[in-house]
Amino acid sequence: MDAVLSIRDLAVEFKTDTGLTRALVDVGFDVPRGEVTAIVGESGSGKSVTANCIMRLIQPPGRIVAGTIEFAPERALSSEGQAPRAPRLRAPPFDIVSLPNRDPRLQELHGGLISMVFQEPMTALSPVYTVGNQVAEAILCHRDVSRRQAWRESAEMLERVGLDDIERRMRMYPFEFSGGMRQRVVIAMALVCHPEVLICDEPTTALDVTIQAEILTLIKDLQRDLGNSVIFITHDLGVVAQIADQVVVMYQGRVLEIGTVRQVLKDPVHPYTRGLLAAIPGLAPKGQPLATIGSVVGDADIETPHPLRRLADGRQVSMPQDSRG
Amino acid sequence: MSEVALPSGAGVAAGVTDRETAAAISPRRLMWLRFRRHRLALASGAFLLVLYVLAAFCEFVAPYGTTTRNDDAINAPPMGVHFFDAEGRFHLRPFVYAYRMEVNPDTWMREYAEDTGTRHPIRFFARGEPYEMWNLFPMDRHLFTTDAGTYIHLFGTDPLGRDMFSRVLYGGRISLSIGIVGVVLTIVLGILLGGIAGYLGGLADRVVNKAIEVLQCLPSLPLWMALSAALPVHWSPLLVYFGITIILSLFGWTALARQVRGRFLALREEEFVMAARLIGADTPRVIRKHMLPSFSSHIIATATLAVPAMILGETALSFLGIGLRPPVVSWGVLMFQAQNPLVIELTPWQMFPGLFVVLTVMAFNLLGDGLRDAADPYSTGGMK
Amino acid sequence: MRSYLVSRVLGMVPTLAVISVIIFTVIQLPEGDIVSSTLDRLQAQGVDVTEEYVQNLRAQYNLDKPLVLQYFYWAGNFLTGDMGYSYLFSRPVNELVWERLGYTLSITVSALFFTWIVALPIGIYSAVRQYSIGDYVMTSIALVGLATPPFLLALIFMHIGFEWFGVSTGGLFSPEFEDAAWSWARFADLLAHLWLPMIIVGMGSAAFTMRILRANLLDELNKPYVVTARAKGVPPAKLVLKYPVRIAINPFISNIGLMLPGLVSGEALVSLVMGLPTIGPLLLQSLLNQDMFLAGSLLMWLAILTVVGILLSDLLLAWVDPRIRFE
Ligand SMILES: Nc1ncnc2c1ncn2[C@@H]1O[C@H](COP(=O)(O)OP(=O)(O)O)[C@@H](O)[C@H]1O
Ligand SMILES: [Mg+2]
Repeated sequence: MDAVLSIRDLAVEFKTDTGLTRALVDVGFDVPRGEVTAIVGESGSGKSVTANCIMRLIQPPGRIVAGTIEFAPERALSSEGQAPRAPRLRAPPFDIVSLPNRDPRLQELHGGLISMVFQEPMTALSPVYTVGNQVAEAILCHRDVSRRQAWRESAEMLERVGLDDIERRMRMYPFEFSGGMRQRVVIAMALVCHPEVLICDEPTTALDVTIQAEILTLIKDLQRDLGNSVIFITHDLGVVAQIADQVVVMYQGRVLEIGTVRQVLKDPVHPYTRGLLAAIPGLAPKGQPLATIGSVVGDADIETPHPLRRLADGRQVSMPQDSRG
Repeated sequence: MSEVALPSGAGVAAGVTDRETAAAISPRRLMWLRFRRHRLALASGAFLLVLYVLAAFCEFVAPYGTTTRNDDAINAPPMGVHFFDAEGRFHLRPFVYAYRMEVNPDTWMREYAEDTGTRHPIRFFARGEPYEMWNLFPMDRHLFTTDAGTYIHLFGTDPLGRDMFSRVLYGGRISLSIGIVGVVLTIVLGILLGGIAGYLGGLADRVVNKAIEVLQCLPSLPLWMALSAALPVHWSPLLVYFGITIILSLFGWTALARQVRGRFLALREEEFVMAARLIGADTPRVIRKHMLPSFSSHIIATATLAVPAMILGETALSFLGIGLRPPVVSWGVLMFQAQNPLVIELTPWQMFPGLFVVLTVMAFNLLGDGLRDAADPYSTGGMK
Repeated sequence: MRSYLVSRVLGMVPTLAVISVIIFTVIQLPEGDIVSSTLDRLQAQGVDVTEEYVQNLRAQYNLDKPLVLQYFYWAGNFLTGDMGYSYLFSRPVNELVWERLGYTLSITVSALFFTWIVALPIGIYSAVRQYSIGDYVMTSIALVGLATPPFLLALIFMHIGFEWFGVSTGGLFSPEFEDAAWSWARFADLLAHLWLPMIIVGMGSAAFTMRILRANLLDELNKPYVVTARAKGVPPAKLVLKYPVRIAINPFISNIGLMLPGLVSGEALVSLVMGLPTIGPLLLQSLLNQDMFLAGSLLMWLAILTVVGILLSDLLLAWVDPRIRFE
């Protein structure tokens, strides 16, 4: 498999007044190039922390204590002496975790090669600059083009994410936009430099159901057109079914199960994943009462960590050896 | 079950910490726990406590009254407290040296030096100058003093030979109490007006808001000046004291009223207030029982932060000679004598009252910051 | 924007009206009035005063009218630019005020600039490098600055100026320029004298601004819009200045005006200590001598100064913060 990101043994700790929190414990998975990887898990399971690690956005009191995130971009980094966007010139992979804090590559990474869309579209944009200004800034941060050119490319991208009356809208302020519109703007801002990986951290959680569907379709369509890889974080398995190729299930800072969307949704192995699925109205077997996670998990011990084990069909699961042969 | 190698770190469930269960702690205790973390605020509180106790018992703590004059020590510098005498002998009882006065032949000014030949041992809880504690109980014991006929001037003396240490203490009683009395008045005004505005809304709200807006436009010191100049000259010191305090709080209530108003507006919509009203509690009861307790901690913090303005106001007015006037002694009145920069040069110990003003105000600011953090952990003291 | 401007300017009118009533009330408070103090003075000089003369005097100052009417005379005259006559200086109040208002304004406004120039970079530095040694040093200085009364600061600075630099720091002019006509040399001399009162007056508000700016910025630094901007690759320095700082200073722009009353108060105090020819010392003199026309006009001018300042800062805020414009 051609992985754009390979995460290995990632561990993150938060030192707070009340004690040490292990937010991630030995997290590891691959993000296949050009596909959509969904990370699912309940709230507090470490999904956002994982995404922030990839973006190197973990701030004190948090700290990455171990692990590597190997990034293998197709384009070379300009600070390595090659022209940006040199087509199909595979750059040597490097470890994002070990980049020093002030490394120029980090800035180039942000928004240039890996972009992120956050949960809260209402607060993700500064209220005192116009939408056009904030989108064009993303281009100006990464490429040596004129403001006019940046503005034009921003307009194109904003059109692609479904805004109309572009020139007028670009001169408006974020608070004049609805939530869905703002999220479109944020997506445009993330994609305007054609990054290789787009991370979406619950981008639709704060939106109405109908808008949610539109945004999902938009992300999927854009991914097909632009060919970028997507990491899609959600706690909603219905969304996973719609958008993902590969699924990573997280629980309490650990990865429990990794597999294709078919494998995980149709035939989950880990008791926790089964419980998760059984508790979802549309996906549970017809004619049965809805279950709670607890009732399905039953006596199975999901608290004890086990190392990930690869099964014959290629999926990986965190379970003792003998539990499924 | 086959044996399975557990990954390192097993046993500590990720995402779970050993924090105390928050539900078991009362809000008051939680506030105290948060406050305790602010070492500086804690130290400031202790410092203020000591200062207030000293000021409350200043007749006892001060070796002399405010008008006692030592004619042999005019503008004399502070005395040092010694344990070892000039020959290097140790004395268990600390002592001060007498002054040796010389007239500088160039400037014709009196200059004082330590007369290492004459030791005055310091006596604790000894009889000294008689006084009336709180104007009630005639007493003559002091925390410390020296033998009759000798003097101890820890902060030096003023141009009339009065003991600065004693005067700073007596001045502290006035200045420190103005801070508290003024803030109590401020709180009453602020809660009353802010509460009315926030709870009733409508016209009352608009009137109070306009009043706040207007008052915040006014430069306070010039108006304080005008108002205190209007205090009748024949008023007794006590009346002037209260007059000045009222003048100071007249302009100070706006910030607190704004805050109270905002809280009331927010609280009015809260469910527990709604519920109390629905079961038939009348308005004063709702306010007293349900709304005030929920932000009393904020009021305490804001009030603490309001004390410095009062103290600085009194100091400024008295410094200008239109606030409190001698024979009343306050830190401001004491500073009135130090209007000339030459004072710093020649008799810097006359600036002791100023030092105490600065320390007190700093301590109140730090204490208030700590209290605010404890009352509202999410606030960083910013301004919206 | 235009309607906002109009509504704000119109909103000033009732505010100033209320303020004028307050000030009129305040100057009525002291026992006795200008006539009784004039009589006292004349009698002290041994002049015999007739009842008729007293009546005339009362009529001349409208003191025979009811208080409400007196207010309207006073306010009306003020509006037409006639601020009455100062018996203390035996000159029209107009002349006295204009002379000094300019100096008050220059010290106050320059103190405002000083506040910003000092507080902005230090506040930003302290927030971005929270808990660094520099942060501790700066916050400690601010703490002391906030606690030191301006008059004490003035005394200390004058002492330092005298002791270390051998310059006498009182006044706004060197003796040779004191009564000279305006010229570039006199202006330069004024500037050379202005900086010290500027620093002293501005110190407290700079300390205050720095502390609050630091707190505001700490609130903003981890807001989602800052994280978004970082995630799109904005370089660190630009990130801080363009995003959180821009929001964190908004309350200050709206509070420039509210800072003015404090600066005006501080200026009055410092001028008294340093003997500057501004409104502050004049006000004190007029109050101590019950020259109430003068005192009333001075108070009114100080109030106008701050109200206009507040208006300007509100307009400035509307200009820099689109949210206000669109309300
Ligand atoms: N800023 C922080 N401070 C302290 N702990 C944090 C912080 N951010 C995350 N955590 C810890 O990491 C865990 C995982 O958080 P997160 O990744 O945000 O969960 P989610 O899967 O809902 O996105 C949380 O339960 C929390 O204990
Ligand atoms: Mg999350």
